[in-house]
Amino acid sequence: MPVITFPHVAEAQRALKMLMNDLGNEVIMPPRPSKRTLDLGVKYAPEFACFPVKILLGTYLETCPQGVELIVTSGGVGPCRAGHYAQLHKKILRSLGYSVDIIVFEPPRLYPLDLLLNVKKLNPRRLSYRSVYECVRRAWRKIQALDNLEKLSHRVRPRELSRGATTRVYRQGVEWVDHAYSLKEILEAEAAALEALQKVPQDPEREVLRVGIVGEIYVLLEPASNLEMEETLGNLGVEVERSMFLTGWTRDNTWAETVENITVREAALPYLPELLGGHGRESVGNTIIYAKRGFDGVIQLAPFTCIPEIVARTILPRVAKDYDLPVLTFFLDEQTGKAGMTTRLEAFVDLLRYRKKQAKSPKMAVNI
Amino acid sequence: MKAYLGIDVGSVSTNLVILTEAGEILSGLYLRTAGRPIEAIQTGLRQVRESLPAGIEIAGAGTTGSGRFLAGVMVGADVIKNEITAHALAASLLIPDVQTVFEIGGQDSKMIILRRGVVVDFAMNTVCAAGTGSFLDQQAARLNIPIDQFGSLALQSQKPVRIAGRCTVFAESDMIHKQQMGHSLPDIINGLCEALVRNYLNNVGKGKEILPPVVFQGGVAANVGIKAAFERALKLEIYVPEHHKIMGAIGAAYLAKEEAGKKGSTSFKGFGAAQVRYRTSSFECDGCPNTCEIVEIYEADRIIGRWGGRCPRWDV
Repeated sequence: MPVITFPHVAEAQRALKMLMNDLGNEVIMPPRPSKRTLDLGVKYAPEFACFPVKILLGTYLETCPQGVELIVTSGGVGPCRAGHYAQLHKKILRSLGYSVDIIVFEPPRLYPLDLLLNVKKLNPRRLSYRSVYECVRRAWRKIQALDNLEKLSHRVRPRELSRGATTRVYRQGVEWVDHAYSLKEILEAEAAALEALQKVPQDPEREVLRVGIVGEIYVLLEPASNLEMEETLGNLGVEVERSMFLTGWTRDNTWAETVENITVREAALPYLPELLGGHGRESVGNTIIYAKRGFDGVIQLAPFTCIPEIVARTILPRVAKDYDLPVLTFFLDEQTGKAGMTTRLEAFVDLLRYRKKQAKSPKMAVNI
Repeated sequence: MKAYLGIDVGSVSTNLVILTEAGEILSGLYLRTAGRPIEAIQTGLRQVRESLPAGIEIAGAGTTGSGRFLAGVMVGADVIKNEITAHALAASLLIPDVQTVFEIGGQDSKMIILRRGVVVDFAMNTVCAAGTGSFLDQQAARLNIPIDQFGSLALQSQKPVRIAGRCTVFAESDMIHKQQMGHSLPDIINGLCEALVRNYLNNVGKGKEILPPVVFQGGVAANVGIKAAFERALKLEIYVPEHHKIMGAIGAAYLAKEEAGKKGSTSFKGFGAAQVRYRTSSFECDGCPNTCEIVEIYEADRIIGRWGGRCPRWDV
C-alpha cells in the first residue's frame, strides 16, 4: 500500500484523503501550515521562489519524515513558475534524503492521457475505471459541500450578532461533512451544516459591504497563507466573495469555463490580451466582473515575487479608475505579523464606508 | 468645558492632544515611545493633566497608531481607529479641500489620496524603512549632526549629489563613498533628502495622482530639507501644518468627539491611568497549529486586554 500525502489546501484535503483511502492508499495528512512549516520551507526553498513553493515544501518536510513515498499535487500551464515547482520539490526533497516520488495532475483538458496514467499509479487495489469514477464523484461532492459551507460562512459572518459564532458553527459543520462517507451521508451532513449556519443569530439590518477577492490560487484558498483575511474582513462587517474555489477552478480546467454573463477571459481582454500564466488574467477579469456586479471594492492577494500577479497589479489601477472601484493589493510572504495588514484592511473598509455614505447623501439632499 | 483626548502611539513617538469642542488644541504633546509604550502613555497622561486649565472635562477619548489597542484599553477609549483614517481626517479638518496627504513617521510612511473630502486611495510602505524617519535619524547620528539641524543644512547645498535611496544599507555605503570623494556635508545631506523623496514617491506613491493641495505631516515634516526636495520633485507647493507631528492624535481626538456624541457618554477612565501599575506578559496558545503569540495586559491584577490571536479564543 503506497504511503501518500498532498498539499494542505484549506479543508479540501479531507475529501482527498477519503478518495485516496478508497483507492487503497495510506494517507499521511498534511498539517495546517504553521510557523514551523514556514521555517522549514524558507530554509530549504530558493530565496526568490514565491510563497506557495515555500509553504508546500515546508508541508512536505513535515510529512516526509513520517514515511511518505508519494506526493500528489497539481501542475500548471503557461509561463508561470508554478509549472515546474513539483519537480523542484522532488529534487530538494531527494537531496535531503527522502526517496519520494511526485505525481502531478496537469489540467486533464490538455493532458488526458496523463490523467489515466496517474490514476493507475494511485489505484493499487486495481478498482475498475467505473469504480474509480464513483469514488472521484463522491470526493468531488464532498469538496463541493465544503466549498458551499465556506461560501455561506462568508455571508453570515459579517451579520453575526456575537463575534466568533459563525466560525464556531462553520468548524463544526466541516467536521460533520468530514465524517460523512456515502453520497447520501455527505448530502445530509451538508444540509445540516448549512442549516446550522443559517441559524447563527444575525442582524439583517446591518449595513454590510461587499468585497471581491482575486489573486493567486494558493494564497486565495489557504487561509493560513493569507493571515485569515476573509475572517478578518467578516469581523469588520464585510461580506467577501472569493473569485476562486477549488471546485470552480477544477471545473474551469477540466470541462468548461464558468459563465458569469461574460467569461473572465473576455472581461480581461481589453486590458490583457495575453495569457500570463498563473492567475494574472483571472485577477484582472474577475475585478472587472466584480465592478459590473456592483461590489464596493476588490482585494488582490499575491505571493511576493509572483510575476503574473505583479503584471495584474500594474493593470489594476487602470481598471480601478475606469470602473471607479477601489482596489487594494497585498503581497504575502513569510512575514506573520498581522498588524500592518489589519491597519490597511481597516483603512480600506473605512474608505469603502465613507464612499458609500457619500454616494447616498446627494440623493438624500434631493429628497429633503 | 468639554474637551476630547486623542492618543497616537507610534513606533517612534507617542503623541497626546486635547481638543476643545470648537476644535481648538488646548494641549499637544510629542514624546519618544522609546520601545516602552505603556510608560510613554502614562508620562503623556501626567503631563497633559498638569497642563490642563481648570474646568476642563474630558468627554471622549480616541486612540490610533500601531499601539492603539494597548492605549485604548489603558485609558478606556471610545474609539480605536487605524492611523490612515485618523491622519486623513486631521488633514481635511485643517484644509477641507486637501487632495493629497504625505505622512512620514518613524517606521512607516503613507500616502493618502482624497477627493471631495473622502479618502479614495492610500498606500503604506511595505517592505523597507529606507523612506522613513528612522533612516534619517540613523544617518544624522552617523554624521554626528542633531536631527533638527538636518533640514537647514540641506538647504545650504550648492551642488546636487546623487545618493542611492533604494535601500538603507546601500544608501549608507553610497554616502560614505561620496564623503571620501570630498563632497561637502550640506550637499550630501541634501542628496539624502532627495533620495528619501525619490524612494517615497516611487515606493509608496507608485504612480498615484498627486494633486494639490498637498499636506505633509508626521515627524519628518519638520525637516525643511525634505519639504524643499518634495517641492522640487513635484513642482507643487507643500503645506506643512503647525501641528504636523501630532496630526494622528488630532484625528483620534476628533473621532472621539464624534463617537462620544453618538453614544452620549464616554468610556474614558480618567487620568488615573497614569498612576496604575500596568504589566504585560505573553504566551504561545496551544489551541491549534497556528501557535499564536498572545500578549496580555494587566491593570493592577486584572486582565484588561489580550491580543495577537487569530481567533476570538482569548479575547477579553
